[in-house]
Amino acid sequence: MEIVAILLLCAGTFFYLTGTVGLLRFPDFYSRMHATGKSDTLGTLLSLLGLAFYAGFSFTGVKILFIAVFIFLTSPTATHALLRAAFDSKVPPWTKDGRSLRDKEVRRK
Amino acid sequence: MERFFLTVSILLGLFVFLCLYRVVFGPGIFNRLVGASVIGTKTLTILVLIGFVYGRIDMFVDISLVYALLNFIVTIAVAKYFQRKGAM
Repeated sequence: MEIVAILLLCAGTFFYLTGTVGLLRFPDFYSRMHATGKSDTLGTLLSLLGLAFYAGFSFTGVKILFIAVFIFLTSPTATHALLRAAFDSKVPPWTKDGRSLRDKEVRRK
Repeated sequence: MERFFLTVSILLGLFVFLCLYRVVFGPGIFNRLVGASVIGTKTLTILVLIGFVYGRIDMFVDISLVYALLNFIVTIAVAKYFQRKGAM
């Protein structure tokens, strides 16, 4: 049973690592949000699942699973809210040739 | 086993410091928000890990549950606030 917990925890830490690297390396806000939104949710899910396995089938284990499900539901919602707010306040997305999207209508009606 | 949890939480603490760079030097307000929300989810796992290391797991699971709720509410509220203010 502990082996499962160790493996899941290592996988969770790996996804946290990728999220952190994505947060630091990507060129602009949207791609950073793209990286961290997904990998953090998965990292939290895996590591909390591993800890729930370690806690065994007790009241605490079920509560840890509840936290994992809660994070699984709310983290994408928070990511969406942040992205919507950034897009509405006209944060310029990164373009390869550096030309702003402003020339074309950013939000096609 | 506790030693393994301790090393994982120290590693996650290192990741939190890496994300802190984005919070401090993020070009705009929204990059700082991303850093803060990422640090929030990381401290959630660190809390549960520390709970196992200290042995008093019931208390720490409740703390991390409340922390998850708060982190979500804060991100939504600040995003809603900056949507209208239009800070770059």
